[in-house]
Amino acid sequence: MLTFNYSIWILVLPAVMFLVLGLGGKYMKPVVSGVLGTITMAITTVLAYLTAYQYFFSVGKAADGTYKAIEAFNFEWLRFTDTLHIDLGMYIDAISSMMLIVITTVSLMVHIYSLGYMKGEKGFQRYYAFLSLFSFSMLGLVVATNIFQMYIFWELVGVSSFLLIGFYYTKPSAVAASKKAFIVTRFADFFFLIGILLLSYFTKTFDFGTLTAVGAPCFSSFAGASFLGISAISWTMFLIFMGGVGKSALLPFHVWLPDAMEGPTPVSALIHAATMVVAGVFLIARLFPIYLFQTPEVLHLIGYIGAITAIFAAVVACTQTDIKRVLAFSTISQIAYMITALSVSGYDGHDGLGYMASMFHLFTHAFFKALLFLGAGAIIHAVHSNEMDDMGGLWKKMPIANWTFLIACLAIAGIFPFSGFFSKDEILAAALHHDIVLFSILFIAAGLTAFYMFRLYFRIFHYENKQYHHAPHDAGPSMSIPLIFLAVVTVVAGWLIPFDTLITADGKAFESHIDPLVAGLSIGIALVGIVGAYVFYFKKNEKPDQVATSLGWFYRATHNKFYFDEIWMFATRSIIFKCVSKPMAWIDVNVIDGFMNGLAYVSHQASEAIKGFQSGRIQQYALIYLVGALVLIVTFCGWLVAFITK
Amino acid sequence: MNILSLFVLVPILMLVAYAFCPNIKQVRAIGVIGSSIELILSVVLLFLFFAERNAGNTAEMLFTFDAVWYQAANINIHFSLGVDGISILMLMLTSVIMFTGVFVSWDMNPLPRDFFMWLTLLAIGVYGFFITTDMFTMFFFYEIALIPMYLLIGVWGNGKKEYAAMKVALMLMGASAFIFTGLLGIYFSTTVNGQHTFNLLELAKADIPVAVQLWAFPCIFVGFGTLSALFPFHTWSPDGYGCAPTAVSMFHAGVLKNLGAYGCFRIAMQLLPEGANQVGWIFIILSAIGVVYGAFCAVSQKDLKYINAYSSVSHCCLILFAILMWNKTAMTGAVMQMVSHGVMTALFFALIGMIYGRTHTRNLTELGGLMKIMPFLGVGYIIAGLASLGLPGLSGFVAEMMIFVGSFAHADLFTRIFTVLCVTSIVITAVYILRAVGKVLYGPVINDHHLELTDAKFTERIAIVVLIVGVAGIGLYPGWISEMINASLTFVH
Repeated sequence: MLTFNYSIWILVLPAVMFLVLGLGGKYMKPVVSGVLGTITMAITTVLAYLTAYQYFFSVGKAADGTYKAIEAFNFEWLRFTDTLHIDLGMYIDAISSMMLIVITTVSLMVHIYSLGYMKGEKGFQRYYAFLSLFSFSMLGLVVATNIFQMYIFWELVGVSSFLLIGFYYTKPSAVAASKKAFIVTRFADFFFLIGILLLSYFTKTFDFGTLTAVGAPCFSSFAGASFLGISAISWTMFLIFMGGVGKSALLPFHVWLPDAMEGPTPVSALIHAATMVVAGVFLIARLFPIYLFQTPEVLHLIGYIGAITAIFAAVVACTQTDIKRVLAFSTISQIAYMITALSVSGYDGHDGLGYMASMFHLFTHAFFKALLFLGAGAIIHAVHSNEMDDMGGLWKKMPIANWTFLIACLAIAGIFPFSGFFSKDEILAAALHHDIVLFSILFIAAGLTAFYMFRLYFRIFHYENKQYHHAPHDAGPSMSIPLIFLAVVTVVAGWLIPFDTLITADGKAFESHIDPLVAGLSIGIALVGIVGAYVFYFKKNEKPDQVATSLGWFYRATHNKFYFDEIWMFATRSIIFKCVSKPMAWIDVNVIDGFMNGLAYVSHQASEAIKGFQSGRIQQYALIYLVGALVLIVTFCGWLVAFITK
Repeated sequence: MNILSLFVLVPILMLVAYAFCPNIKQVRAIGVIGSSIELILSVVLLFLFFAERNAGNTAEMLFTFDAVWYQAANINIHFSLGVDGISILMLMLTSVIMFTGVFVSWDMNPLPRDFFMWLTLLAIGVYGFFITTDMFTMFFFYEIALIPMYLLIGVWGNGKKEYAAMKVALMLMGASAFIFTGLLGIYFSTTVNGQHTFNLLELAKADIPVAVQLWAFPCIFVGFGTLSALFPFHTWSPDGYGCAPTAVSMFHAGVLKNLGAYGCFRIAMQLLPEGANQVGWIFIILSAIGVVYGAFCAVSQKDLKYINAYSSVSHCCLILFAILMWNKTAMTGAVMQMVSHGVMTALFFALIGMIYGRTHTRNLTELGGLMKIMPFLGVGYIIAGLASLGLPGLSGFVAEMMIFVGSFAHADLFTRIFTVLCVTSIVITAVYILRAVGKVLYGPVINDHHLELTDAKFTERIAIVVLIVGVAGIGLYPGWISEMINASLTFVH
């Protein structure tokens, strides 16, 4: 497609910037590298907007009014067999265009914000190099033309995340967190890879276009194949989903995300809130027709995993005291919302509401969650602590942070007319139509969301008037401008963008409307949550402690995140390391190697007895060996000659 | 003169030159010049090869040369040369590692001249092995490569070097007894044009009796497999690498292991298909176990070199596994993994050698926070680590994916299970790599004396950069290399 020729620069620019800053960064002044990175990201953003605009409003719509995917370009990178080859290219359709906007916008805001936030940090150039690497990888992931390209960039975002979490590499907790993030997601990617291999074995293609065509013939080869009584295609699609479970931090692979908060806060905003963690949602959305038409039972299971994660994370978020960890659990919960929304969706028209709602929520969440994180960053920057106990009464001292944070809290709580209301409302409506159980879980989670978000808000900005060493104040323009920009987006995104005409499962526009029953219920429960938070946390009082005490073990379990970290730690450290790895190393040295040494010892003793050599060990061994080998060879040769001549 | 014989001739001339130049500067000069010539030769050979292929020469082996070496009543040994795309890649790899090996051995002590001479002799063996098409000559060069190894570890190594040298020598010699037995079995059981032959190309077309294949295949596979660290014959490798001097670890892990894998597919798989068919399953099990076993052993090691030695066991077993899969995709992956593993492991050992040269310890518990002190080496180590755990964009990824996709073409449950077992290594590899990176490079500086240490010197940087370019080059643009291998695999269906 000629028209999208320029779009390749969306990938090339950040990649080049990574190399420039990575190789040449140390020869630059920090501020130069920061500005260079930011300008490049700004250009990338403009190009991404152009691409999205062109797709949605000029060339994307086919004559019949459906949005069709366009391959801007595609070239073969590595050929496996005649049918299987990894291509690299750009697949521009509704969801990838939307993701381009989300990623570039948030990334640009984070680039600008970091100019202030990371000022004076050692390794400033390295930081911007990694940001560019991440932006490149994430953009490459969403425009992937085939599942293997997605997997490639999937791994690359993983490593960028690893590098950025471990940015403060002299801090042991950051190093541990980066390792944990990488290994947990790698573990999930193992299943993902097996899924991809199975899928490609049966369908003989990696290509998204072929795979997601409705009624794709390539799935016929799955017929009859099964393993342990479950059909091969269900296994395949479930394994692929497992990759998403890891990246999107769903149960039980969510353990890496709260720890990932050890990274610089703008990184948490970009990677661990807005973009990378929604890769799992994007994956399911990308393969949605396969899940829906080939393996509806897996899609159903996904919905339940999502719903359980949503409520689990919401409960845990209520008891955390580190503000970034509250936001991390909130992210887990919201992503689970999106995943569940996909499972309660059909394909055509209004039936596909869940799909649209999921993408809608992904979009709005990216902005308000990035805003929350950047706001939290401004607060942490001002009070030099992550803990709620070190905060309080900041509303007067940091007005910009206060207002923008409040807007984001209202959005995530689902209060009209902020963006989160619209997207969450659609999700709940879709759930209500498909599965009442899922709806109930999500509905309760919505109330909890409002509660813990306002607990967070009140604890930071009201609660009590703390005395600070340095009077906290709003940060400079490079940090405030992104906050204000994202706040504006958070206010308008819900009603300004006609998602139901742009991003739908089947590419056709449909009419979605706000269901007054669902809207009333969801605002109602949100208000209950907010009022609850107000009662407990607006002014310092004894009630939270009393409730915590009365809840007893349940509170302790929640506070300890239901011991998932401990379970994982036990499984890896005590079982895998102590009971598998250590014994194997022991066996290697003592049994296998011991056997070889024993062999050498025996032959040494034998030779000692038989030949009585007096010279050094070296010759002895060599001779023993030679004699042995010769005997062996002569015997075999004799046998062979006999064998041949007979 | 045949271009291939130059590969052996140049090191021989180097040996002569070394003999006359006792001065350390001259020794270094000879090393750099000689290895550069080899490097240029291998690149020239690559282009000549492409030129020939483009000109429509479809012969299996190019640049062939044949001279009778020894002929008697029943003995028919030729010095026959010839290369295809795979052997050219191996020659290039050898040249790269020899070139970088000279730079990492810049300050070799004691007896630098002798060290370089033995190293060159080792190279003669390896080059000779990869250019011949005669099994006996191949074996001859293999034996040439083995003897210097013993002395290089025994004299210039560290730790329990005598033990390690003896172990490597004995186990590999024992392995070569197996190989030789197998070779003779093939030789005497087969006649081509009324004559026994060691020539690979002729044997490939001949019918080797099934009864012979059945015992010759395991003989040869175990023999060459031992060299490639096939489980459970791998135990020479951790001690050997742990005690060997840097350049020897690089050479051994980077090239000699490939020699084993090369032998496995050129002789065992290609000549003995029926043997592979019937007893190959044993080796599928062993190599798949080796992949996981090596990785798990690496997880609990404390010595950096041992971590990478076990890691190398794991990666090499994957090569053998892929060879046993015997389809074009997996075989292409196997050869790519040979190249990738060679460059990557050489990079690892070079870096570990440099770190050890500075800190005088390789123990994880005594190292920490080196990233801050020696960022160049630190970044190099991370790149090597990421290549090892299969990060896209670096060489390990493409090779592993090729192997996995190729292995998945076998739909039977048996192969599936062992393939999945192999795939688990991508997780375990991540664990031990990140464990080492987190401990050695990240975190606070443990030993204050380390704060005074310096980053890589110029000569060291040359070696590191060349190897990193290799790792990244294959990873970013794997197309030409896979095409080249694929085109050479005419014997795989």
